[in-house]
Amino acid sequence: MYRLLPTGVAICAAMCLAFSAVGVCTAQDIRVPQTSTAGEEATISTTGTGKATFYLVGPAVSRKSDLILGEEIHLPAQDLRNAGGYLAVVCSDTCRSAAFYVSAAKPAILTFLVHPSRVPVSRPDAVSGVAIPFDKFHNLVLAPETVNFQSTAGTSSLFSRQARTQDGIAWFRTASGKSAGTVQVVASLDDIAAKRAVQQVASDPCNLRIKGQRTANGIVVETEPVHDCAGNVVPDGTIVTFTATEDNNRSTVDAPIKKGIARAQIEGTGPASISVASGVVMGNELRIGAKP
Amino acid sequence: MKIILPIILVVATAALMVIAVVGAGHAGGTVGIAAGSAVSGLTPKAGTPQQALANLLVDLRRRNWDRAFSALAKNSVADEDTFVQDWLGSHGSLRSLSNLEGFETRPLHATNDEAQMRAHLHWTTPVGPIADVRDFHIVREGDIWKVVWPKAQGLNVPAQVVPVTYLRWDLVTANASDEWGAKNIDAPHVRITSMNAVESAEGVVVMGEVVNEDTVPAFVNVNATLVDGAGNPIDEETSFDKIAHVLLPKQVTPYRIDFPNLNIKDVKNVRMDVKASLVPASADPVIGVMNQKVDSDVQGKSVLHGDLLNESGQTVNIPHVIASFYDNNGKVVWVSDGYVDRALLPQSSEPFAVEIPRSIAPRVQSFHVVVNQYSLGRS
Repeated sequence: MYRLLPTGVAICAAMCLAFSAVGVCTAQDIRVPQTSTAGEEATISTTGTGKATFYLVGPAVSRKSDLILGEEIHLPAQDLRNAGGYLAVVCSDTCRSAAFYVSAAKPAILTFLVHPSRVPVSRPDAVSGVAIPFDKFHNLVLAPETVNFQSTAGTSSLFSRQARTQDGIAWFRTASGKSAGTVQVVASLDDIAAKRAVQQVASDPCNLRIKGQRTANGIVVETEPVHDCAGNVVPDGTIVTFTATEDNNRSTVDAPIKKGIARAQIEGTGPASISVASGVVMGNELRIGAKP
Repeated sequence: MKIILPIILVVATAALMVIAVVGAGHAGGTVGIAAGSAVSGLTPKAGTPQQALANLLVDLRRRNWDRAFSALAKNSVADEDTFVQDWLGSHGSLRSLSNLEGFETRPLHATNDEAQMRAHLHWTTPVGPIADVRDFHIVREGDIWKVVWPKAQGLNVPAQVVPVTYLRWDLVTANASDEWGAKNIDAPHVRITSMNAVESAEGVVVMGEVVNEDTVPAFVNVNATLVDGAGNPIDEETSFDKIAHVLLPKQVTPYRIDFPNLNIKDVKNVRMDVKASLVPASADPVIGVMNQKVDSDVQGKSVLHGDLLNESGQTVNIPHVIASFYDNNGKVVWVSDGYVDRALLPQSSEPFAVEIPRSIAPRVQSFHVVVNQYSLGRS
């Protein structure tokens, strides 16, 4: 903050130090507020007589004004919108300074980050959220506050937890639910709330099973409806790989699931052994006889 | 003296022209880009099978369709349009965007009346130079030799309606004015499942496989940085076209990154970096890979060949095959790729072949083929 001292204040302070060293300078008092809140007015009292110059240096303010020593200096609210350390300097024959701190106002905005936006079901510690309260001037609220985290799927509550902010941050970490679908996660602090959505998606396919039959053009093979181990429908578009082995030849088809089922057409006239896999999951093996 | 010098120059020029016209056409052994007549209408007589094939390829390269068609044997393709389309390709295929740059021919077998010739064709294409090998049957008709151009086998696909369950992902991006953190969508989660760095004849090759573990399509690119013993980067390359960039959920693709002119002994470490982003994508077309088999081709090279079967109702203009080869421990020991220069029409198949290096072939126990596709007007 002191690096923000304007050149005038720096020169004044330097002169004060120089005059003090030779005993020319006489001191006048300056009293700053013990506590101050962002966006609220404040006053600084001075002692002494005569004219002087007042300097105020803060996180986003730097101003200079004339004053008469002994009168109060009125600091308007707009000069104190930014939380942080401020320096008040009064210079006449000598310069005196005092520092004071402006705290953030009460929380008015809750920034809420939830990760990830998509998560497979039944994963431990898979969802995390961070809530950061700010006042209406976008100052980070460092004072401890209690944030309520809540997640709901439809009308049922999945998770509810309170967390105190530490250095302006509150967080949670939790497992994903068991059902695929959109989960709403809410962070609330007093009367302010922020909502986020997490898409819970099916996990890897489970009990992958196929059936097939020979047709005039070869073999048509398809899966039964593909679910994960919790019974959630695996999303359409997921690739299922069919592999047919016939003598020394091998045929493969990467087919996407559509409407819950993956289907492929495989050429060949001889007896074939067909297997299925999706990602790291293997399914059953099917044997189809030769074309009659 | 004033007359003699111009006469000498004219005679010398004429002699050089004659040598160029006659000599190039009779070049023995290898006939390439300089083959054929330099002057239109002065094509050397097809007195040998080699000359007949050279004349034909030169005419095809110059797109002299009438003359090329007249050089075909009687039992060849019936009409010139079919012949031209067979050579040029159609449906936006890679062949239709390619040009014959040069060729080399050599005889395989010859009798008094017929001969078998092999031509190595060098194509310039939008995806780089492509070499092709094609065998030709040449027969004697009277005192000249003519090339037999086999009749193109028509597609035996019955007229039909192919039902499509339309499946596609589109993206809606957030506005810049949206609240921070309110509408973020995570990038797809992809993972490198294997990586192997080896030395090849051209340099260092880094290869392996990547899987999309997410439930949305991903646009994937793999980068590798070779690091020396002091921890300094030697070179950085990307997988470029040796990868299927768009991966549907749970789809696996091989990747290969080439570092030409580098020695594996200089490499201490390889830093891998896979980048994935959300991308609009379609689940169609589905392309099956039929009759996959590792075999030797006509040149004695080990190749993985098979047929691509377009199971959808859409035309695939440029199919691209990428294959990973595994040893008996399931380790990826090589990744090959190749473009198919014919379009893959709906419900039809086209053959493909990708080469396996001679040093790798004995170690190959298994393989996995992925088909990438480029279709005009679709993403």
